[in-house]
Amino acid sequence: MGSHIRLQVARYRPEQDSEITFDEHEVPCPKDWVVLDGLNHIKDRIDATLSYRWSCRMGICGSCGMTVNGEPKLTCATFLADYAPGPVRVEPLRNFPVIRDLIVDIGDFMQKLVRVKPWIVRQAEKPVAEGEYLQTPEELDEYKQYSMCINCMLCYAACPIYGLDPKFIGPAAIALAQRYNLDRRDEGASDRMAVLSEHDGIWGCTFVGQCTKVCPKHVDPAGAIQRYKLTAAVESMKSFFMPRGA
Amino acid sequence: MGGSHVYSDYHPRWLRRKLSTYWWLEKRAYVAFILREGSCMFVAWFVVYLLLLVNSVVGGPGSYARFLEWSATPWVLTLNIVSFLFIVYHAITFFVAAPQAMVVHIGHWRVPGVLVLAGHYVAWAAASVFVSWLLLGA
Repeated sequence: MGSHIRLQVARYRPEQDSEITFDEHEVPCPKDWVVLDGLNHIKDRIDATLSYRWSCRMGICGSCGMTVNGEPKLTCATFLADYAPGPVRVEPLRNFPVIRDLIVDIGDFMQKLVRVKPWIVRQAEKPVAEGEYLQTPEELDEYKQYSMCINCMLCYAACPIYGLDPKFIGPAAIALAQRYNLDRRDEGASDRMAVLSEHDGIWGCTFVGQCTKVCPKHVDPAGAIQRYKLTAAVESMKSFFMPRGA
Repeated sequence: MGGSHVYSDYHPRWLRRKLSTYWWLEKRAYVAFILREGSCMFVAWFVVYLLLLVNSVVGGPGSYARFLEWSATPWVLTLNIVSFLFIVYHAITFFVAAPQAMVVHIGHWRVPGVLVLAGHYVAWAAASVFVSWLLLGA
């Protein structure tokens, strides 16, 4: 393994470019350097105009999602040495509009996310004197997997359905809706059903399954969507056969 | 938002990239997905073939003999072999996907995905044995 590796970095400067171009740089490649370290090296030592998002550098904030050699990856968790002898091509996340260089516009996702009410909805809060909303470990297990989502949007970048139809509400929003639907403390399932069961909700998904494959936190959004399809179908049948409620 | 206006400091010009018509050729997983979706057409063909079979049986021995003769023609035989392979592919990919969609609880115990998958194969084998018994043994 060499001590350096070639990094091909996508550039888009809206004031002068109409398409993405690539800059190529040699960066050090010690075994503990991730792609983000390579980008920081370029920014600090070679070209300060390179623009990209990052924050925690430890796979928690979900800011540094980019396309690395064609695959959506968290650049803070993707080791340069794994791509030796290179080159490593870094591009912005697919399926999102590019603002500059490696930065994409996440506004569409943020608007969709809030529509599924990713928080605990209560019709009425119980008095504080009655204590906490206790849960058993089994109840926690039902949704814990979905609660690991860090909103990194790699799943959207891997989803061709979202690429073809940007109205599709998308994998992470549905997985996070399920996180709260499966929480015994939550009472907002019917509110979310109205959003998820519409045409651009769960039924847009054709189970390509790549959202689950690329998820760095093993959330399994594809599984969440298929589970919710079953729930929605059962609820639909119930409302058809028992219009006044069970 | 849009890419048509002129860039200014406070009005960025987004670059919107269109997904290629051939996006499904970019990754092996996408090709596998498209083949799985396409296999539905062969499922539909077998439904049509079964209806033609039933229709020929209703039509009497002569009609059934003509159906068998037509089924033995090279193009129908080839189509049915290809359809069979796609249906096996369809079934296997469906079974692989099943544990993701089905969460089964027995009491408080959540049945592991591998057992859900095994259950599908056992049901498939049982159905095959039953149909074989009907055709060969009964």
